[in-house]
Amino acid sequence: MRIECPCCGLRDHREFEYGGDALRSRPALDDTGIDRWSDYVFLRRNPRGLHYEFWQHTDGCHQWIVVQRDTVSHEIVSVQLAADAPDAERSLGELKYG
Amino acid sequence: MASGPTRTQSYGRINRNKPLSFSFNGRKLTGYTGDSLASALLANGIALVSRSFKYHRPRGIYSMGVDDPNALVTINTGSRTEPNTQATVVELSEGLTARSQNCWPSLEFDAMSINDNFSRFLAAGFYYKTFMGPTRKSWMFYEHFIRKAAGMGEATTQKDPDLYEKVHGFCDVMVVGGGPAGLAAAVAAARTGARVVLVEQSPDLGGGLLNTPANGEADRWIAEQVAILKAAENVRILTRCSVFGAYDHGSFGLVERVQDHVGPPQQAVLRQRMWIMRTGQAILATGALERPIVFGGNDLPGVMLASAARGYLNHYGVLAGKNIVIFTNNDGAYWAATELSRAGASVMLVDARPEAPAVARTPAENSGVVIQTGKAVAKAKGRKRVASVEVAPFDCETGNLCGTASAYKCDLLCVSGGWSPTLHLLGQRSSKPAYDDALAAFSPGAVVEDGFHVAGAANGKIATRDCVIDGQAKGLEAALACGFTEPKGSERLPALDLKDGWETPLRPVWEVCDRHGNSHRKAFVDLQHDVTVSDVALAHREGYVSVEHLKRYTTLGMASDQGKGANVIALALMAKHRGKSIPEVGVTTFRPPFTPVAAGALAGHETGPAIEPRRHTPMRQWHLNNGAEFIETGIWDRAWYYPKPGEDLEAAYIREARELRRSVGIVDVSTLGKIDVQGPDAAEFLNRIYVNGWKTLPVGRARYGVMLREDGMVFDDGTTTRLSEHHYFMTVTTAGAGAVMSHLEFLLQTCWTDLRVEVTSATDQWAAVAVSGPRARGLLSSIDSDIDFSNEGLPFMGAAEGTMAGLPVRVIRITFTGELGYEIYTPAGFGEALQEAVVAAGSAHDLLLCGIEALGALRVEKGHVAGSEITGRTTLDDLGLARMGSTKKPYVGQVLAQREALAAPERQQFVGLRPVDPSAVIKGGSILSEPNETPQGHGLGYVTAVAFSPVVGSTIGLGLLSGGRARKGTTVNVVDTVDDTIIAAHVTSPHFYDPDGEKARA
Repeated sequence: MRIECPCCGLRDHREFEYGGDALRSRPALDDTGIDRWSDYVFLRRNPRGLHYEFWQHTDGCHQWIVVQRDTVSHEIVSVQLAADAPDAERSLGELKYG
Repeated sequence: MASGPTRTQSYGRINRNKPLSFSFNGRKLTGYTGDSLASALLANGIALVSRSFKYHRPRGIYSMGVDDPNALVTINTGSRTEPNTQATVVELSEGLTARSQNCWPSLEFDAMSINDNFSRFLAAGFYYKTFMGPTRKSWMFYEHFIRKAAGMGEATTQKDPDLYEKVHGFCDVMVVGGGPAGLAAAVAAARTGARVVLVEQSPDLGGGLLNTPANGEADRWIAEQVAILKAAENVRILTRCSVFGAYDHGSFGLVERVQDHVGPPQQAVLRQRMWIMRTGQAILATGALERPIVFGGNDLPGVMLASAARGYLNHYGVLAGKNIVIFTNNDGAYWAATELSRAGASVMLVDARPEAPAVARTPAENSGVVIQTGKAVAKAKGRKRVASVEVAPFDCETGNLCGTASAYKCDLLCVSGGWSPTLHLLGQRSSKPAYDDALAAFSPGAVVEDGFHVAGAANGKIATRDCVIDGQAKGLEAALACGFTEPKGSERLPALDLKDGWETPLRPVWEVCDRHGNSHRKAFVDLQHDVTVSDVALAHREGYVSVEHLKRYTTLGMASDQGKGANVIALALMAKHRGKSIPEVGVTTFRPPFTPVAAGALAGHETGPAIEPRRHTPMRQWHLNNGAEFIETGIWDRAWYYPKPGEDLEAAYIREARELRRSVGIVDVSTLGKIDVQGPDAAEFLNRIYVNGWKTLPVGRARYGVMLREDGMVFDDGTTTRLSEHHYFMTVTTAGAGAVMSHLEFLLQTCWTDLRVEVTSATDQWAAVAVSGPRARGLLSSIDSDIDFSNEGLPFMGAAEGTMAGLPVRVIRITFTGELGYEIYTPAGFGEALQEAVVAAGSAHDLLLCGIEALGALRVEKGHVAGSEITGRTTLDDLGLARMGSTKKPYVGQVLAQREALAAPERQQFVGLRPVDPSAVIKGGSILSEPNETPQGHGLGYVTAVAFSPVVGSTIGLGLLSGGRARKGTTVNVVDTVDDTIIAAHVTSPHFYDPDGEKARA
């Protein structure tokens, strides 16, 4: 696979490390709900089809990015810096799957 | 005229002025430059080249390319031995040695050929049915003998002397295949300015055109295309290069055989090069492979594809037989018949169809070919090679013979059952091919994956003219898809019309059955794996419906040729058994590699010490010069111990550890992970990621901190120093550095984007030495420095920046050994100078060099947790660090660390272990159990670290023990299951030395 890093351009996936489901919303730091933290840490979507994923360009700019990827065809629909894709917006993506 | 194959006087594209000598099974033979091993063997009259996989039947050369299922030989000797190599793809070279495999004592007389007489018992699944049940033990016993009987060549156990490399290539358009369609496509794409890579697996460009008569229109056209491509700066031509895999986003795996064709070299050479090619668009001009028709004895040496006989004549100048029978169901074989007859063979053509078109028939008849239509070859006969054939009337509708057979003598039987487009690379992707009734084969189908274009014979084109036109169109199409534009006013692209192709369609014929519709018992579908039509029928009777299951049960298509000829026939037979159409039965999935790839090429240069990059500290050379032994710790090479004459590891580390507590020692700790943390919110950030509080840490002080993972388990530990108001210097464990860095970046970039903090890895920027021991202060004070090393000037956990011996340094008063200690950091380029400065001053202070073995022993005595306890499965409480966790602030992992199960009293806790008998030795990794019990399963826990402790006077251990803290004062069994020893040990505090930490504060 090749991923279009927003900083470094089109790079081979071996330069990146996979960070898992990017549609998770991290509870607030002072949230003391074990269930909410448990969901965040342990429940990952693993859809067949379009998915939002975290990747980090570890052999490049070290930026965490959100990659919208089809898990069947590996087609990459969009890539953006995680810092530019705040939780709320990622959660919107979640609605698409219901 | 004698029977068998011979070299012609004038045919072919070989160089008769350059003879080459080679050997086959010890026989010295001669061939010519331009020969393949197969063509040279044929030219020497050798028909029998191997024994089959299961039945040890004699086998010969069947095709002339990568699809050959039979002619597997072992080439070269010694460390360059290469088994299971297709003689059809080996270029002849001076001194080449080749030998048959899977035969004993010799190819001509193979003792295991007795298997052939029992073949009715050796059907699909025989070995497993017989030997696997009712207990698997029998299989364990028989497997060795079965593997030996049913086998391939033997690989060498010697080290590969040659070199391999990996390179990355980039292009707009990659054209796979250098035949008429590929050449045309490359020229068309190149003219737009696109960067083109043309890949051809053979030594020469031309593809199937090289199997047509030499020195004619085809050669002129090839030369013209090649000249255009070679003149273009935007074109790279890779010959002897196979595209073996198609991967995501236009990535392909290629292997280029750089020097396989030059003969056994005198020294190590770059043998193969693997390309990882990134393409914009790919054109598959991979041609088509002729497939056989199945009948009795269709595997005998001397049975060959019609296209191969034609190719051996026109490419290599070898007439593969004198009395030739050609069996076909299509027009294509008529060209072969005509040319073989013109070259001097007597040729009879048997066409299964009732009629053949005049355009094919007339030239054949004019050149002396005898044509029989409406007939089929019922059986090939002969012992070690074909000697005669039985020909009988045949009904294409039923696939059965329908009349009396006549016998004809022959020395070569050519078969053509039609052509299957080579779609393996496309099949490796998500595109499923579609069945094409006109071709009786799978073709690319209506939907081809984005970025792929299929041209020429691979796209179902038959005539050369159509292949060229299709190639030109696809070449332009691919370039346009990359954003290039068609050049204006360009002249017409060079055409080629060989007036070949099919006038009438083929009639699908997969198998010749007798008049009752029964198969011949020795009619082979997959020749390499000895799979017969009866095996396919058996699989059907036993209920195998899916073609994927059929494949695995019979092993059909799973040999090294990957069923290039056999697969479609097997599908057709399965369809017949099931009463369904071929497309309903489906296709098996193709997987890389298309052709076998040497493991060496995949490894490239990543072997031996270069298997992964090693990291060295800036003082490596100094350690080497001063007698250090090194050890690999993860990705780092570290100074292990500094032996005095006669000392082994044990003696050296115990001495180093003992003497450090008496005087002072220096250890290279440059490998520590270092992270620079800066920004107005840095204190808040640290407060969130560490379990303990950071808001009160003053400038010029350091603090020990522990981080948890999000799930509440301990992640990493280390010290962080506040250098100025908004600037902190964090150290993390050597092994955890990368993961901690990613974790911190994740939090800052995805969760806490409002925090004004930057983190930067500074591991490589700083060298570090730890100087510790009772005499450390005296030593450091004697070095020229602006830092006050007194207990008041630089108290425990204090930090200072300044210079030492003229070098810029950061000094932090922390210790891993438990003694008075300092970590001194200097920019990496000054690391060796710092080491030298400390060592130079050290001679007056009894300084000793310590390696990490001694450092590890001292930490065991001191009872600090390290990587062997921070396993990702231990909590703060497990490690005895619960008190560190703040209750006044939230931090990462805090909530999930409170899960109920993590407070269970039987959890494994961090303890010390001291043998009851001081002379007994605790071994690392031992399992802990109740006294007088042998452990069940994982026991009560295990030993995480051991060392000999000069302070205690015995070996000591650290361990994780179920309910460990409550067991203090009791004994446990320490069970070493490797050496099968059990010793008793006291459970103690992990802190064997100076538990109150007074030494460090002195």
